[in-house]
Amino acid sequence: MPAPRRARSIVAVLLIGALAAGCAQAPLPSGTNDPYESVNRAWFNNNLALDQALSGDTEAETDPALVALDDEGETVVAPDAVTPQRGSFLRRIVSNFGANLGLPSTIANDLLQIRPDRAAENTLRLVINSTVGLGGLFDPAGRIGIHGRRSDFGETLHRWGVGEGAYVVLPLLGPSTERDALGLAVDLVLDPLRFALPRGEFGGTLVARGAARFADRAEYAEILDANVINTADPYAQARLLYLQTRRYHLGVEIEDEIIDPYADLYD
Amino acid sequence: MPIYMIDRRRVLLGIAATGGAALLPVLPAAALTQGQARSLIDSVMADIHGIINSGGSEGQMIARFEGLFDQYGDVPIIARSVLGPPARSASASQMQAFTAGFRAYLSRKYGGQFRQFIGATVQVDTARQVQSFWEVESTMTLRGRAPFEVRWHVSDRSGRARFFNLIIEGVNVLAAERQEIGTMLERRGGNLDRMIQDLQQSG
Repeated sequence: MPAPRRARSIVAVLLIGALAAGCAQAPLPSGTNDPYESVNRAWFNNNLALDQALSGDTEAETDPALVALDDEGETVVAPDAVTPQRGSFLRRIVSNFGANLGLPSTIANDLLQIRPDRAAENTLRLVINSTVGLGGLFDPAGRIGIHGRRSDFGETLHRWGVGEGAYVVLPLLGPSTERDALGLAVDLVLDPLRFALPRGEFGGTLVARGAARFADRAEYAEILDANVINTADPYAQARLLYLQTRRYHLGVEIEDEIIDPYADLYD
Repeated sequence: MPIYMIDRRRVLLGIAATGGAALLPVLPAAALTQGQARSLIDSVMADIHGIINSGGSEGQMIARFEGLFDQYGDVPIIARSVLGPPARSASASQMQAFTAGFRAYLSRKYGGQFRQFIGATVQVDTARQVQSFWEVESTMTLRGRAPFEVRWHVSDRSGRARFFNLIIEGVNVLAAERQEIGTMLERRGGNLDRMIQDLQQSG
C-alpha cells in the first residue's frame, strides 16, 4: 500500500523541515560549535571501539595475502605499500556497488537544489555504471572522467539557507552536524529507490550502502590512522577534519579560517 | 634570535639585535609574483611525483619528503605558527629542537600519506592572491578516481618563495597541527621539552 506510506513520508519531511528551520541561524559557520561534546565523545569512543574490532579482523585477513604475492620477487616491499593497487579489488566492487545505489538519492537532491548540471552528470554516471558497469559493480564512468558528485539532503538544506547547527557524533554513522543528521533522516525517507523497489529489496540497498561505507573506510585506513586514530586527541581531530571537509564539499569559504602566520608574527 | 631564516639570516640577526620584528613589515610585501608562486609549486609537485613514483622504501621516501619540506617549505614559520603562543616564551634552542622534531614528524605523517598516490599524475592549476599571499591549486589524480585537490599557500615574507600551509581537500594542515601540537603540550602540563621528546614517537 504505497499511498499511506507516502503520506506518512511527507508528514515526516514537513516535520523535519520545521525542525530544520528552528536550527537555521548562522549561514556561515566557522570554528567548532560543539555543545554536546561529552555525549559526542562517548559515542565517538563507542564507534571507534567497534571500528577497531571490525577492521582489525579484515586487516589480518588481507595482509598475509599481500605478503605472499610479494614474496615472488626478491625485493621486499612493505605490504601496505601495495594495498591501494592490489589488495582492494573486492573492496572496490563493494564500494562501487553501494555508491551506485546511492546515486538516485543524490540525483533527487541535485534536483531539489536546482542543479541540473550535477543531476545530469550523476544520471549519466548511474546509467553507465548500471549497464556497462554490470549493475554498479564496476565504475566505467569514472574511468572516462565522469566521477559525479555525491550529494545529500543535508546539502539541500544548506542550499536552502539552513545553518549547520551543532556538531554531533551519531551512533555507527559517526561525525555529522544537526543539519546533516536531519538530512540523513530525510534521505532515508525520500530515497527514490524506496518507491521504485519492493520493501525487502530497498532494505537490501541500505545494507549494500552500509557495506560500501565500510569498504571505503578500509580503503582509506592509512589516512584515517595517520590523521585521526594515531593522534593525541582523535576526537578533536575527527571533528576538525569532518567540519573542514564538509564545508569544503559544500563550497563554504571562510575567511576567518585562513591562517597567515607571517601576519601573526610581524603585524 | 626570534626568527630563523636561511637566506637573510645575517640581515635578520642585525634587525633582531636592533629591536626586532617590528621592523620587518617594511620588507617588500607584494614582491612575489603569481608566476613565481606557481613555479615553486610546479617544482614541489614534480618532486612529489618523483618521490612517490620512485619505488623507494617507505623510509627512503620519508627522508626525501623531509628534504622537500626543507627546500620548498618555510618550516621555521610553520613550526612557530603551529606551536602558537608558547613559541614566544620558548628559548632559541628549544625552538631549534622543536623545528627539527616537527619537520621530521610532518614528513612521517604526510609523506606516508602521499605514498598512497603511487601512479598518480599531478597537475598545477591556477594561483590566486589571498590576503598577503598566493594560493596555488594543484590536483593529484589516481586513475579511475576523482581528482584530489591540494592548495598550497605561498609567501616570500621569510626572504624567498616558500609554502607555509597546505589545504588538502579542504583540510587545513596548519589548523590540524595546531590542534595536535596544542593537545600534546597540554597533556604534558605545558612542558615543551617533554613534548619535543615525545614528538619523535609521533606521526
